[in-house]
Amino acid sequence: MKLTGAQILIRSLEEEGVDYVFGLPGGAILPTFDALYDSKLKFILVRHEQGATHMADAYGRATGKPGVCMVTSGPAATNTVTGLATAYMDSAPLVCITGQVATTAIGSDAFQEADVMGITRPVTKHNYLVRDVNDITRIVKEAFYIARTGRPGPVLIDFPVDVSRATAEFDYPKDVSIRGYTIPSEGDPAAIKKAADLINQAKRPCLYVGGGAVGSGAHKEVFELVEKTGIPITTTVLGLGIFPEDHPSSLRMLGMHGTVYANYSVQQSDVLIAVGARFDDRVTGHVAKFCPHAKIVHIDIDPASISKTVRVDVSVVGDVKPVLRQLNKLVKDRRKEIKPWLDQIAEWKAKHPLKFKSNDNVLRQEMVIAKVGELTKHEAVVTTGVGQHQMWTAQWYGFKAPRSMLTSGGLGTMGYGLPSAIGAQLARPNETVVCFDGDGSTQMTLCEMATAAYYKIPVKLFILDNSHHGMVRQWQELFYRHRYSGSQLGASNPDFMKLADGYGVKAIKIRTPAELEPGIKEALAHKGPVLIHCVVAQEDNVFPMVPAGHALDQVMDMA
Amino acid sequence: MKHTIGVLVENHFGVLARVSGLFSARGFNIDSLAVGETEDEKVSRITIVAHGDDRVVDQIMKQLNKLIDVIKVVNLTGEDMIDRELVLVKVLAPASTRSEVMQIVNTFRAKIVDVNSKALAIEVTGGESKIDAMLELLRPYGILEVVRTGLIAMSRKAELTASQKNPVIEKDDTALKAKKPAAAAASKKPKVKV
Repeated sequence: MKLTGAQILIRSLEEEGVDYVFGLPGGAILPTFDALYDSKLKFILVRHEQGATHMADAYGRATGKPGVCMVTSGPAATNTVTGLATAYMDSAPLVCITGQVATTAIGSDAFQEADVMGITRPVTKHNYLVRDVNDITRIVKEAFYIARTGRPGPVLIDFPVDVSRATAEFDYPKDVSIRGYTIPSEGDPAAIKKAADLINQAKRPCLYVGGGAVGSGAHKEVFELVEKTGIPITTTVLGLGIFPEDHPSSLRMLGMHGTVYANYSVQQSDVLIAVGARFDDRVTGHVAKFCPHAKIVHIDIDPASISKTVRVDVSVVGDVKPVLRQLNKLVKDRRKEIKPWLDQIAEWKAKHPLKFKSNDNVLRQEMVIAKVGELTKHEAVVTTGVGQHQMWTAQWYGFKAPRSMLTSGGLGTMGYGLPSAIGAQLARPNETVVCFDGDGSTQMTLCEMATAAYYKIPVKLFILDNSHHGMVRQWQELFYRHRYSGSQLGASNPDFMKLADGYGVKAIKIRTPAELEPGIKEALAHKGPVLIHCVVAQEDNVFPMVPAGHALDQVMDMA
Repeated sequence: MKHTIGVLVENHFGVLARVSGLFSARGFNIDSLAVGETEDEKVSRITIVAHGDDRVVDQIMKQLNKLIDVIKVVNLTGEDMIDRELVLVKVLAPASTRSEVMQIVNTFRAKIVDVNSKALAIEVTGGESKIDAMLELLRPYGILEVVRTGLIAMSRKAELTASQKNPVIEKDDTALKAKKPAAAAASKKPKVKV
């Protein structure tokens, strides 16, 4: 029996094991939404297409399975660009389907037409324009394969309306064959041996682990490497959760707002082992002054990440998990040999702990985050927006489990928080999902509160309201002589309590440290979505801080 | 430093944009670019000449390799390679200087492809130095127009160098078979005569 292109597309999504589709309908995608109406796929109607992409992105990050979003052509497709770029920078698996005008109208400036292939080319791992109804199944199969394998990323399928109306037999392919796409897997044993030799001789070794290890599902292997060798470990913001931060070997996060001891350890190391990390500038500080004494080992699935910004001495191109399995067989317990180094690090830890002021009865973001961490046993799935609250979340939540910190690390997309919490909650329905967001960041995608309310998605949205674009204000205070150009929100902020009420969402206000614990408990106990409006100190700064362009050990620490 | 990069790609629409986009995204100017089908109609070959820091070129080659539609990338720079370009030159050649111009044409084993009372159109093929030398000699006579195809290049070796291959892990036989025409393209004799 012949099916329409739209039916074939939906059937293909079912074949791929998709359960949720995030999106919003419109003209060119109508036939496909009509087919969706008969499908067992669960559809989540968003309020803005950017939200749909963040939800799909977070679904992907929370599970490792590509999240799916589906929107119409033109403005809907262009609204996905921020979400696609966010997913691309952070290697999140995602498949985005956009409607397109009929193939015969492409290039004619038709209504709601945009050159989506051209616009999304630099922000997707790959994109497809479906020109023949007979290609749909192959393209969908390839799209999911490409999105989740190798270094994961977003794949876009642009789906013209006439192709969705054409008919063909449905025959879903079992295999994928793309000759230009190969996935490095095991890693070269000779290179792994070299890496092990370096590690076994190191006097001041340090592990630096990123999102690639999370994506690879390598938390057990990372743990084993640390346990076996005794080598201290720091993670990037996307690597948070790959290793329990309450473990004595944990140095917590490194980089611009990393701990002093993590940054000192990296700078003083003689062998740095980078695992699934890409030497982002927020991690390295001044590249030329990064890690000056170290031989660098780099394990990564993406050959293009090797020596991109920092030249490495030993590179292993492969999937982190199997590579670490081989490496773990070759490395030795180094605790005795590196004792002076571990003692030095312990001294740094004692001297420069993370801290915040807590004796003046002022509610601070750090307090809220640390308390939520405590009350959720550090086991919630946490999402954030971007800004001060994001860095404080990284510092203070206390991550324990992989795939528990979902944040826009690479692109730094404000507004990621609430929609990603919704996506994560649907992906992991039995877990507590908490979003920490700023008053500025949250307003970028606040419309998705309606989505959470309508589908009763029980996310806990903590708005840490300091009446500013806090990180911008911080930079202006420190580097622009307190000239707060465009960073004050103040009286222009809405009444978040009334807003929650308007959406039919439970709202809780927390103004003082005394209100904190009962407020959080009430929020966590509530079955539905909750907005917790936390009125926090307005002019606090995130410290430690390595100013942009400085070496990692040139730390400002005024907390 | 000048780099000559050969890229074997799927003969799909939009592939050229993906390839050139990688260069433009890094603010990297392409000196010349030539595209054409190989003996396999499903595979095109792009030859790109670009100036740049070795490290930037290394990064671009890795990024090219990551493109799904790219089958193979080779940096032919420093290789034992055959490179050719075809150039059409329209040069002033009134009766008074015509024989001198024709002598230059003969010296470079170029061809006259069009004649009128005022000018000659000349077709010349060769490597960069030959083309440059000939244009230099023709310049005093008055060059009216130059059209260049851009350089095409291939290695003299029977196969692409192993070290420059994609780190290929073949997924199945179909992929392996599909790889063959690409290798054949590299070993085929140059179409342009020396």
